[in-house]
Amino acid sequence: MSLEFLAYCAFFLTVALTYAVIVLGLNVQWGQTGLFNVGVAGFVAVGAYVSALLTSPAVEGRFGGLDLPILVGWLGAFVAAGLLSALIGWMTIRLRADYLAISTFGIAVTVQLAVLNLEDVTGGPFGISLIPRPFGDLAGRSLAFSLANLALLVAVVFGLYLMLQHLAKSPWGRALRAIREDEMAAEALGKSPRRFRIEAFALGGAIMGLGGAAQAHFIGFIAPENYLPMLTFQVWAMLIVGGSGNNRGAILGALLVWALWAASSALVEALAPAGEQARAASLQTVIIGVALCAILLFRPQGLLPEPGGARRRLPFLRRWRGTPAATTGSDRT
Amino acid sequence: MQSVSSAADGAAHTSAGGVPPVLSAKGVARRFGGNRAVDGMSLDLHGGEIVGLIGPNGAGKTTFFNLIAGSLVPDTGEILLKGERIEHQPAARRLAMGLGRTFQIPRPFAGMSILDNVMAAAQNQTGESILRNFLQPSTVRAEERAARERARALIEFVTLGHLVDQPARVLSGGQRKLLELARVMMAEPAVILLDEPAAGVNPALLDVIIDRIVEINRRGVSILLIEHNMDMIARLCGRIVVMASGRELAAGTPAEIMANREVAEAYLGEVVPEAAT
Repeated sequence: MSLEFLAYCAFFLTVALTYAVIVLGLNVQWGQTGLFNVGVAGFVAVGAYVSALLTSPAVEGRFGGLDLPILVGWLGAFVAAGLLSALIGWMTIRLRADYLAISTFGIAVTVQLAVLNLEDVTGGPFGISLIPRPFGDLAGRSLAFSLANLALLVAVVFGLYLMLQHLAKSPWGRALRAIREDEMAAEALGKSPRRFRIEAFALGGAIMGLGGAAQAHFIGFIAPENYLPMLTFQVWAMLIVGGSGNNRGAILGALLVWALWAASSALVEALAPAGEQARAASLQTVIIGVALCAILLFRPQGLLPEPGGARRRLPFLRRWRGTPAATTGSDRT
Repeated sequence: MQSVSSAADGAAHTSAGGVPPVLSAKGVARRFGGNRAVDGMSLDLHGGEIVGLIGPNGAGKTTFFNLIAGSLVPDTGEILLKGERIEHQPAARRLAMGLGRTFQIPRPFAGMSILDNVMAAAQNQTGESILRNFLQPSTVRAEERAARERARALIEFVTLGHLVDQPARVLSGGQRKLLELARVMMAEPAVILLDEPAAGVNPALLDVIIDRIVEINRRGVSILLIEHNMDMIARLCGRIVVMASGRELAAGTPAEIMANREVAEAYLGEVVPEAAT
């Protein structure tokens, strides 16, 4: 096995694990709480840009560029995305599942347009480059660099996994599950749905921001087109394939769907004529979509279902199949 | 005989002994569009009492329950729990203040174990804060241990001990009612609102439910009970309040209510001959 191949595997796993961080964030919101956030890309973008602004070197005519350590950037991304999520949660959390989806989608589009147009802060369409990479001094040795970054991401994902497992088994996690199962009964038992939902939305958003920062620092460059709705679609596909409500499922889903994405990219590259490569790239989305449909039809609880959890369906599938909406979200509009 | 307070006669909101009621509703009203679902209803519940709330379908009993429990906010009127006004307190606060409820159609957390269902009702848990889970782990562990022991004891108390680790979705209708009793008891309330605990329950389980309600009451919990099963009402309640068209129609002992001609007409839809009353 060549060193290049090993380096590629480490690179592949590192990127997949940055997605795993984001999917763990979505699992807190949807898997554990039933909050239908389809604006994932917006929260990832906020984390990526905040960390980039905090840690990249100063550039004349652009705000930020504070050249702070990477750890400060990641913490800043976590806090900023968490605060934004808390604010958005405070404004929107009472909405019924599909209305929450519309709102969060709108927020993600707004964030993407903001980073595209706030050129003095975000670099506009040119994005931000020279974002410091962890273990940057190893950049000349591709295997060592990839393995060091992989080790860092493994540590981050493992740490997050332990933290989220601890929370899921705590009274906080139990209250979230109770609210997700039956809001009115949980409220009668003294659990404020609004408080717990906002907390879960904020924590999930903060983790997505951290994932965005990790991606930005690993690649070293960010631009608005990284945060299109396609990213939200990918992250949702990862969670559904892996298993909503199960943190291990979230990580597995990230690895599998990213593998499918990478394999389909290689397939398109190998099979499509040179002049048709750009158009053929759309097939990647089709392949992920087909995989998603297959999972929804044949194993809707995902590959690793939530332990003891009832089968849950996305709101649009629930309506399509005529099943009751009692298991997720508030019924208020 | 226990004291009988009536909204109609504007009785003082204290019992004969001068002890204020543990739960008091005064002139509570709620409309839905043009429909006055609850129309100036008043009721007192004293410490250690079991009061039955009966009435025909559509009388406003469950709406009145929802107003007391906080699922709905009254348009007018006052609700006092242990002397403190609660009508504008959110539903989630009322259990911590001592007011618990069960539902007409039981609402278990179907995907959660029976143990988790009951533990979910524990109040003031340090572990319900994200940060404190990491800053005070030993406190959280100790509280969890205590809550687990108490929940197991309550599950045994309602005769579901053999199902403790099963998901609540496996329970029958009657068992779900028992689970709701254990769940609400977990919060150690001073008052429980029981909404039709006998509805749809087979006779064997009904005796268990009645027995458990008596035992809960013996532990000092006051109970307001909506029920259509008059036999159960007569066995449990020292006092009955009858609702019709959103307001109080009559109040008294079971014997007085059974003999009340107006009640028979409203509740049973019968015109009772004079000689029979």
